[in-house]
Order: sequence, then C-alpha cells, then structure tokens
Amino acid sequence: MISDMQPDDIVGDFKEVYLQLYNSIKRRILYTDIETPYPDGKLIVSTTDLDGTITHVNKSFVEMSGYTEEELIGAPHCILRHPDMPPAAFKDLWNTVQKGEKWQGFVKNLRKDGGFYWVKATVIPNIRKGSVVGYTSVRRKPSRKKVEECIQLYPTLF
Amino acid sequence: MSYTFTVSPDFSPDHISGWYIFNTWLQRQTCEAIHLEMFNDFDELHAAIHNDQIDLIYANPYDAAMLVREKGFLPVAKAAGESDEAIIAVAESSAVNAVEELKQGVRVAYTDDPDVRLMGMIMLEPADLNSENITPVLAGSYPVVAKHLLKNEADVGIFLAEAFDDLSNLIKNQLKVLVRSQISVIHHALLVGPKFQHQRDAMTELLTAMHHDEKGVAILKSLGFSAWEKVDDEETEFMIDLMDTLAT
Repeated sequence: MISDMQPDDIVGDFKEVYLQLYNSIKRRILYTDIETPYPDGKLIVSTTDLDGTITHVNKSFVEMSGYTEEELIGAPHCILRHPDMPPAAFKDLWNTVQKGEKWQGFVKNLRKDGGFYWVKATVIPNIRKGSVVGYTSVRRKPSRKKVEECIQLYPTLF
Repeated sequence: MSYTFTVSPDFSPDHISGWYIFNTWLQRQTCEAIHLEMFNDFDELHAAIHNDQIDLIYANPYDAAMLVREKGFLPVAKAAGESDEAIIAVAESSAVNAVEELKQGVRVAYTDDPDVRLMGMIMLEPADLNSENITPVLAGSYPVVAKHLLKNEADVGIFLAEAFDDLSNLIKNQLKVLVRSQISVIHHALLVGPKFQHQRDAMTELLTAMHHDEKGVAILKSLGFSAWEKVDDEETEFMIDLMDTLAT
C-alpha cells in the first residue's frame, strides 16, 4: 500500500506535487530541499517481488528512508520516488531487469520527511531454478561529480 | 574414498593449526577420510576448484558465488555473528582525511583477496576511482599492505577489517582509517561439493551443536569464532545476488 505524504511528517519548508505512479495510482508528494548525506561504508539493500512490492529491507534502508520496516514491507518500491527523477529512468530500469539484465544508475530518493538522498543504485533480477522470482536493489555512495552531472541532466529528460 | 577440504587463503595465519584440528574432529564425527589441503594463494585455489579437486571448502563470498552457481556446491554453515567487512586506510601522516580527497592515479595497495578488493573499490567510488584510474600495488598479505603505506610505497590500502584489527598496535597507531564498511550480510561459509553432499544434513547438525561441548568450544576458539550457524540456500543466493550487484 502507498499513501499520500502527510504535512506532519515533513521537516522544513515543503513543496507539493501529485505524482502519477504505476498503473493509475496518484500520490501526493511533499518535498523539501534538505539532503541527507549518504553514510560512508554502508549499503542500502532491498528486495521486491515481481510487481515491485518490497519484501525485504536492511537497517540502512530504514535509517535513510525515514520509514519503519513495517511501513516499508508490502509497500511499492516507488514509495521512494522523488519528483525530480525523470520517469524515463524507471522505465529503463524495469525494461532492463525484466529482460533479466542488471541495471545501474544514479537516483535521487525521497525520504518520509520530505528530504532526499542520492545513491548509485544497482538492480538485478533474482533467478531461482531458472525463473525470476523478484529483484534485489543495492544502493551505495555515489561520486559527487556524477551526482552533479545528474542534477544537470535529469531536468532535460521530462 | 578420500575427500579434500580447503580453506580460503585469506584466513588469519593465527588459525592455521585450528583448521587442522577442526579437520581431525570432522573426520572422526563423519567417519569420512578428509584431507585438508591449504593453498598458498587464490590462483592455486582457483585452479584446484576448476579441476574439481575440492569437496569441502570454507569459502570467501566471492568464491562461494562461483562454487554455488557454477560448481553445484551447497552451503552448510557460517561463523555465527561474523561478517566480512573492508577498511580503507592511509598512513597516519597522510594529509588525506576522507576518501573524496583521493585523486586519480593514487597508489592503492591490496591483496589478491577478491571480495575484500571488491568492497574496497566500492568505497573508493565516491572519489571517482575505479580499477582503471588507480595505480595498483599488489601485496602478499595485509601486514604487507600496511608496510606499503608506512614506507610511502602506496597512498591508500584496502584491508579485510578482521586482518586490520589483528595488526599490532604499533602498526595500527601509524595508520588512519578513512572508512570501515558496514555491509553485514557478506560472509565466509562452509560449503560442500557434489561428492560430499550426502553428509550435508549430518554436518549441519554436528557443526551447529559444536559449541555445546567443551572440546567443540576449544576447537572453535582455535578457529577464531564462537559457534557455527546454519546457512540455508536462500541466504546464500541472496548474498550471491548482492555480490553480483557490487561487481560492476
């Protein structure tokens, strides 16, 4: 399940936008300009089922996203979707992993408190006995230079 | 029939006798003839794996991926509460205080331990460093990585965290840790090959009960950990998937 973001959860001044997510789901997004730096030495790890519903998260995911584990398990992975991310990036991600290939890219993720954090994300299909049973996403600290390039590039992809 | 057991060459030299004692114990418990073969380096180990000469192995995560996916090995157990972590360090006298300050062409000392190098290179990525724009300084062991830093033959070193922690205080005091990984889910594991899988369930039972008797506790101590913990297939598959995501 995914619900609209609530002003009470937001830290700092925020903007509001409605994002069209997968299928016909629309989500009210409240977002700020506050960046949380990626912690050194950590990996953010999650797995989803074939529909993109979160089935596993690690501690770093919980810490960085601001959600509790209970809120994350069962939620669609697009709970992290930031309005500054071009839809084309996620279309490319899904097209790639559904072909059974690895996807890698730089992603601006949305926190529960409206803030954001940049990651270098890698997503791979989980193949068990020859069939894809889900996807694993591992995020690591990105280079600032690459992030700056994405800040310039992504607005041109809408 | 005799089986061959080996241990990933990145084990601490302090525990070599422990593995021989463990092997003797394992033979008695399973009533199987098991020969412990120690390889000097990863090249020798990989050649033996390639030639299907290994039946049991305490493998590092990188080799575990290949053994499970390509050679039909199955996981049995891992050291309870232990995980493989890496450290990026420089000499204490270095002006560098953060990974982001490292520049292309930097001299990076590391061993041939593939998973530690992988984790270490990931921690250098925030400085836009990769295997193509660093100057590699290959070392035979982690104390030699430290030596390269202290003699200014390398600017930065990649260590297995456990090996770094085992360095003498005299050496550690002359080094500065920039980053210590906190990945938690990457670990060594005891795997059984296709010819030894008839013993998998019995071994799981034996190993996970080992810390309940006095002799078992003493052997575990000589290996450097407190207990074995069962590892199931999915946990290993998950770790391998995770390693796959890092291998780019």
